[in-house]
Amino acid sequence: MAKFLLRRFVNYLILVILATSLGYIVASTSLNPRSNFEGRNPAPPKASVDAKLNALNLNDETPILTRFKNWAVPALHGDFGKTISGQSVSEEMWRRMGVTLRLLLIGSILGGALGVAVGVISAVKQYKFTDYSATVTSFVILSIPVFLLAVLLKVGALNLNQHAGTTLLYYTGEKTPGLSGSFWVHAQDRLQHFILPTLSLVLGQVAFYSRYQRSAMLDVLGSDFLRTAQAKGLRRRDALVKHGLRTALIPMATFFAYEFGLLLTGATFTEKIFGWHGMGEWFIDSVTSNDVNTVAAVTAFSAVLVLIAGMLADLAYAALDPRVRIK
Amino acid sequence: MPAEIQPTASIAIEAAAEVALEDVGRGRLVMRRFFRKKIAVGGLVVLVLLLAFAFIGPYLTKWDYKSTDYNAFLQRPSSSHWFGTTQIGQDVYAQTLRGLQKSLVIGLLTAFVSTGLAAVVGATAGYFGGWADRILMWFVDLLLVLPAFLIIAILSPTFRGKTWLIFVFLLAAFSWMITARIVRGLALSLKEQEFVQAARFMGVPPRKIIFRHLLPNMSSLLIIDATLNVGGAILAETGLSYFGFGVQPPDVSLGTLIADGTRSAITFPWLFLFSGGALIITVLAVSVIGDGMRDALDPKSNSSRNT
Repeated sequence: MAKFLLRRFVNYLILVILATSLGYIVASTSLNPRSNFEGRNPAPPKASVDAKLNALNLNDETPILTRFKNWAVPALHGDFGKTISGQSVSEEMWRRMGVTLRLLLIGSILGGALGVAVGVISAVKQYKFTDYSATVTSFVILSIPVFLLAVLLKVGALNLNQHAGTTLLYYTGEKTPGLSGSFWVHAQDRLQHFILPTLSLVLGQVAFYSRYQRSAMLDVLGSDFLRTAQAKGLRRRDALVKHGLRTALIPMATFFAYEFGLLLTGATFTEKIFGWHGMGEWFIDSVTSNDVNTVAAVTAFSAVLVLIAGMLADLAYAALDPRVRIK
Repeated sequence: MPAEIQPTASIAIEAAAEVALEDVGRGRLVMRRFFRKKIAVGGLVVLVLLLAFAFIGPYLTKWDYKSTDYNAFLQRPSSSHWFGTTQIGQDVYAQTLRGLQKSLVIGLLTAFVSTGLAAVVGATAGYFGGWADRILMWFVDLLLVLPAFLIIAILSPTFRGKTWLIFVFLLAAFSWMITARIVRGLALSLKEQEFVQAARFMGVPPRKIIFRHLLPNMSSLLIIDATLNVGGAILAETGLSYFGFGVQPPDVSLGTLIADGTRSAITFPWLFLFSGGALIITVLAVSVIGDGMRDALDPKSNSSRNT
């Protein structure tokens, strides 16, 4: 099994390196940092614009391969160059990474767990009221893009706050700036800021996973081994969880790897709309400000995350499916 | 003699009738299965209404999506502006319809192109196997590592000011990968079947085998996939347009309209409620239709039981 995982890892690693390189090359040919410096009034002389661009390794008159080499060699050592305003990309990245990771981690764990639970319950109660309502709800949620869901949540929270007479849920930022008080005050404040952004991500995840989990579970429910397990005297619940769910979870590992990319995209909307200063928000801002080095760094970040998601999916696969381990 | 001929003839006639029956029968069976699902039919009706609304609706009002009414800034919905007006006096009704048009056309086109691309790449990889397969599937993996949203956002300055068809092409170019994998799997098993083997030994060139024998035999999957992709394409388009990376002004899509509307969503809800509602209804209708199609075309499929 170690060999299987190692081979997958090497494969992923090459993909990440290629994807990041591709990201850099696409970004540096498509974005135009020169316009940031030229657009000033009065127009600066070309030599000074060139000097600024050269210092940032962004001069479009330098051959792209030279620029790529100048960028890639330090990038391999963790230095992603400077932002368009001259700050270190890596430092800013470390600051922002935590924000996004917090959102993604909780989004995928909560979304996956709840999605699987809803899917299993739907399958067990097939064609009952619970099943129908779960199906209809998830169909509707899957039709609402994250940015619309986020806005609807905001409007809902505003109404709730008005009814409650106090601010129960915040929808800007990660915490109240300048808040003083004990640990619990801070924890409560964080939670109040946390609920809406997390909901905007988790709802879609639950809807997605529950659909697939339901159909995977239905395939297993009618199977012989589940009947055998019950015939041996296992209680229905134990048989369902230990034998049924375990088998039905296997295909979900693959979906997890695919869905993670979408979650990453969703987090971009969430961060931007709820004012969390994470990687997604940074990406949007840097594409608009022609910040090539930052764009490349975010591409690298998301490629690494997709790699980790893929590896986790493979690990889960190996843990759930003994056939993989023997190979 | 006549006594001998007759049974043969009648068998032949019966066989011919059976073939004819089956021919009609398959199409009719699929139709019947589809129309039995009330939700799917409802979705189809809603989609047709939306299309009609998007393309006929603009003729019902005197306002154009680009024109501005300097006497009505930020008006609530009224008899002269059915969906209200924006900050600069644009008619929200005309804009919503234009956005709906754009999003529908982009969604349908993208789904069509991306499924076509997936079919060709997947079938080629599966049929040829070996190195062709390895390289193509590796390319699929590479594209899966790069979130499509990021790449299209980065590429957005290159198609700014050019035709929106480039945007459609890019959307399609980054959404075919998962389908291609499924198609490849099907092609792998189909190519071992007798009729494909026979064609190959008769000297039919690979290109013909792929287009005449492999792809028609997975048409159900392709139709289902194209339908389900429409919803995904619309969501991707509106998402990119929301950030200004997709459809460019002065043109509008549901995404740009929602983006403009949400800035003041709380005080002036009509600015985003109509475009948001149209988006949700469109995607919901398409996904319900896709599900109905799956049940109708492929009753054995895994997911057919799950709705």
